[in-house]
Amino acid sequence: MDILVGRALGGDIRSLARLISLIENGDPLTDRVMRQIYPKTGRALVIGITGSPGAGKSTLTDKLIETFRRQGKTVGIIAVDPSSPFSGGAILADRIRMQRHTGDSGVYIRSMGTRGSLGGLSRGTREATLLLDACGWDVIIIETVGVGQSEVDIIKIANTVCVVLVPGMGDDIQIMKAGIMEIANVFVLNKADKPGVDRVAAEVKLMLDLVRDRPWIPPVHKTIAENGTGVGELVDSIVRHHEFLKTGTDGLRSEYARVSFEVEDILLKDLSRRAEKIWKTHRTQDVMDALVRRDENPYTVAGAILKEMFGLQKTK
Amino acid sequence: MDERKIRVIVAKPGLDGHDRGAKVIARALRDAGMEVVYTGLRQTPEQIVETALQEDADAIGISILSGAHSFYFSKIIELLKDKGASDIIVFGGGVIPDKDIPGLLEVGAGAIFGPGTPTTTCVDWLEKAVAEKREKEK
Repeated sequence: MDILVGRALGGDIRSLARLISLIENGDPLTDRVMRQIYPKTGRALVIGITGSPGAGKSTLTDKLIETFRRQGKTVGIIAVDPSSPFSGGAILADRIRMQRHTGDSGVYIRSMGTRGSLGGLSRGTREATLLLDACGWDVIIIETVGVGQSEVDIIKIANTVCVVLVPGMGDDIQIMKAGIMEIANVFVLNKADKPGVDRVAAEVKLMLDLVRDRPWIPPVHKTIAENGTGVGELVDSIVRHHEFLKTGTDGLRSEYARVSFEVEDILLKDLSRRAEKIWKTHRTQDVMDALVRRDENPYTVAGAILKEMFGLQKTK
Repeated sequence: MDERKIRVIVAKPGLDGHDRGAKVIARALRDAGMEVVYTGLRQTPEQIVETALQEDADAIGISILSGAHSFYFSKIIELLKDKGASDIIVFGGGVIPDKDIPGLLEVGAGAIFGPGTPTTTCVDWLEKAVAEKREKEK
């Protein structure tokens, strides 16, 4: 195991890929690997790309890779696609749009399935990001699954979140809603050659006008990812936001949020693993039948399990 | 929830643009619970092998309808060997004449599935092949 970590840190791609699999499979050695590499993290610029399915996230990512490569930076990409809730399988196809970079030794692309995770990322995205960071990748781009309104886990991992919108997504009420619209550090209005883009731009800017007192007002960029229009300016904004985080108090605040999420994430994953395991031992046919007949209720069953896990006494 | 999933690359090498078969296989593997990395069309052997390494794939499935199967299979298997990754299973399908199949198996292809093969045959074979490969790693 330690050999694998050493090789990955030394730049061996297959070892890095193996470690990511190991972590995403929930291998018991995960903790040990993460403890080893954690002190080496914190150097990369981590960018999150999120938005609805078909908004152009992968194509935009492809263009971002190109721009950062031209600046001489190495780029690691984690592209998340949904896993089937039925079979657990997945078609991971974000890569198609970026495949021209395969073969460039300054680019590493890893596709991940969500595997039941609901926040727009996958189990193991956080750890995979840290691994890439420790292995010395300058820029890490995380492309979330195509999201709806509330998958916002990306803010807990990325320094800079780009929310990608496209014309025709609905009226101004959609833009007023809580959730995804609140997490943007940078707005990207992609497919800017399509009709209606100016209206969306105006509505987003109007919304942003209401929060004028904040030290960072998210810039709104129009792009046509397919031909690269507007991508240079977008990259400038991303870098500017990164600089802003280093100087203002917002940076420290987001660091607090990030470390807090890390501990929470480790705790929750561990607890859910234990809960799942112990529930399996309790899940007899008799219990299931009793529950279905409503002779037994799920609160009592769960209560008994909790008692076994933590030795919790019932509250008096 | 924690389990080691089978990860497969499905790729189309070269200049043939007929990807219906590749997509059918990708779907079938997905429905069997595998994670399928689909690379799209017109891939070079170098791209396919590099993708397999980056994605930590257990297997590479290639679909060829152009007639250039002998070249692509040998090249991909050779590149895997160069990278110290010949444990990655290579299999394929497409329009490949029966008389060419023994030659492909000879160079190291795990299996060739011709037109009309039920997808379950392919899934069952791959599950077994990956299980054997992982057994060897232990």
